[in-house]
Amino acid sequence: MAPQRAGQPPINDQRARLMAATYESWGRYPAARQSAARIAWRHATPYPQTENGQSVLPYGNGRSYGDSCLNDGGYVVDVRGLDRFIAFDETTGILACEAGVLLSDILRLTVPKGWFLPVTPGTKLVTLAGAIANDVHGKNHHRAGTFGCHVRRFELCRSDGQRMICSPTENPDWFAATIGGIGLTGIIMWAEIALKPVAGPLVDVEIVRYADLEAFMSLAADSDQDFDYTVAWFDCLARGSALGRGVFMRGNHAEIPAPDRRRKDGGLSVPFKPPINLLSGIMVRAFNYAYFHRAPAQARRLRQDYDPFFYPLDKINRWNYAYGPRGFVQYQCVVPFDGGVQTMRTLLDKVAASKRGSFLSVLKCFGDVASPGMMSFPRPGITMTMDFGFDGAPTLKLLDDLDALVSDVGGAVYPAKDARLSARHYKQYFPKWEQFADFVDPQHSSGFWRRVMGAN
Amino acid sequence: MRHVMIVGASSAIAEAAARCFAGDGDRLYLLARDEKKLESIAADLRVRGADKVDFQIFEANAFDSHDAVIAAAAESLGGLDTVLIAYGTLPEQSACEADYVVTLEAMTTNALSVISLLTRLANRFESQRQGTLAVISSVAGDRGRKSNYVYGTAKSAVSTFLDGLRNRLYGSGVNVVTAKPGFVDTPMTASFDKGLLWAQPEAVGRGIHRAIVRGKDVVYLPGFWYLIMLIIRHIPETVFKRLSL
Repeated sequence: MAPQRAGQPPINDQRARLMAATYESWGRYPAARQSAARIAWRHATPYPQTENGQSVLPYGNGRSYGDSCLNDGGYVVDVRGLDRFIAFDETTGILACEAGVLLSDILRLTVPKGWFLPVTPGTKLVTLAGAIANDVHGKNHHRAGTFGCHVRRFELCRSDGQRMICSPTENPDWFAATIGGIGLTGIIMWAEIALKPVAGPLVDVEIVRYADLEAFMSLAADSDQDFDYTVAWFDCLARGSALGRGVFMRGNHAEIPAPDRRRKDGGLSVPFKPPINLLSGIMVRAFNYAYFHRAPAQARRLRQDYDPFFYPLDKINRWNYAYGPRGFVQYQCVVPFDGGVQTMRTLLDKVAASKRGSFLSVLKCFGDVASPGMMSFPRPGITMTMDFGFDGAPTLKLLDDLDALVSDVGGAVYPAKDARLSARHYKQYFPKWEQFADFVDPQHSSGFWRRVMGAN
Repeated sequence: MRHVMIVGASSAIAEAAARCFAGDGDRLYLLARDEKKLESIAADLRVRGADKVDFQIFEANAFDSHDAVIAAAAESLGGLDTVLIAYGTLPEQSACEADYVVTLEAMTTNALSVISLLTRLANRFESQRQGTLAVISSVAGDRGRKSNYVYGTAKSAVSTFLDGLRNRLYGSGVNVVTAKPGFVDTPMTASFDKGLLWAQPEAVGRGIHRAIVRGKDVVYLPGFWYLIMLIIRHIPETVFKRLSL
């Protein structure tokens, strides 16, 4: 009842028990129980006094889908209390802020002043440190690379009390290991990023329906020349000659100023936890059909706000609850351009044969802008994202089958979205894992890390 | 543009309210015990649009310093028209029962130091004939109950003092706001089981800012606490004394 904020709140059993259930990942699978320590001050040590030397993992806004943000049996350090700006230079677009600041907070501050995120994922409800730790990418990967390409420096705190400023020139090896290092190298306390100039909050968008995978590839090749942002939603239920058909979206920031009339974020909400998966079977079928046919056959142009273009799902709070109590898994892979269409066809055939639909399926061509991150996921090629309501062994079997194909062609799978990848495939996808392991803080671990370092 | 002094500026609720003032382009003077925290908050408020942010270390129970602190704030901001008093401690009830010294400390910090500040501020505001004095009290002050009646007594004293002050300063055009939050999810209350009644400090801070801007008298935050406390206050004492609250 009293308003007060303690600098380093002591950890105790009672709190650990009460807070254990409240930390989950966005896919809500797998379940994990961990103690939590909340931090609020960047000058204070972020590490809790663990009783039995349990491991620690920083936790942001919980938008990772699988277990890379969970630490079953250990601690999470919740950094959302680190939500302060530090400095913003309106003439250069250089912004420094604390680890737990959300990308939505950044946009709210900077768009009215003519600056936008250099790279943004499909949700703005992620923390700055989470965006770095997962080296997130967006619809402009072919132009701008990953989020890590625009990070100028950050402070990394280690469990031995050491604090390091990391940049391309200062502690560059730690800089490289921490970008895409999924919270394992230490705790990021604050970071400085370079924003990009925009005239206002609007985006000029073109939406065009396409017939099959080849059509997607040629649209992507054309569009990537003239558009900063390109992405396609595809109909995961189309078979045969229509395989991969979908709706291509491309856009550029509009070059006209306009007032930024943003009110409260959110809006609709899944108000309770439904007892069943609402996004299965007929719903997926109906949605995919409608989404494809709603789009015009001829390219349609519109000018819209950045929110519906970049963050359509942020309009619905807790949309992940719609998948029911068992949650869902997301699968995002990238396969090389060489033979890529054939590989995609095989992957999509596999999914179709499993009779498992994905509500939202996305295709995008990654470019060749290199990330500074040692363990960064994006690499040149075609990337595909699908999500599946989790129903146990059959889901896991399907994704293992997809991994067999992806690893054969030298592709990779995105850890931020993963809940089930095998150690063998992980090590193939991320061949620098041994080098990376040297940078992992001895007190840090995660569900994901224990799994992919396991013996299977 | 407001010239705002916030006492206890490092509390989660005060910080949330301060961000609203910063967003309005106001000038802020922050007081709290920890200089590092003040530095972090001040930098944030500057980025968020505050016209000016200054701060000073402050010890609530150093009553003799109160006049100087108020003068320093007014000088730094070029005037003083809004004050938010937001600090407080949550004493352990059982410790208060065991030792009067603990109770005395709680009363000194939560009631007497606030009254000391308000006494000085009231005279200043009365003579300048404008401004807003806002204090975070608590629903706990509305009725004593066994789980935290020492804290409740201090908050009750503050609420009653504010009622009188509001009455006295009305004619001078000075507004007095009593903010009564319910349960707020701050790091300090992390060990409590959070039910539906718990609010986020951001929402409570925004509510306080709104109450100040709109010139309210007494606000419960969130608003549903008005109804809860209406019921609690009207339970007959013969019944209330038997309850375990």
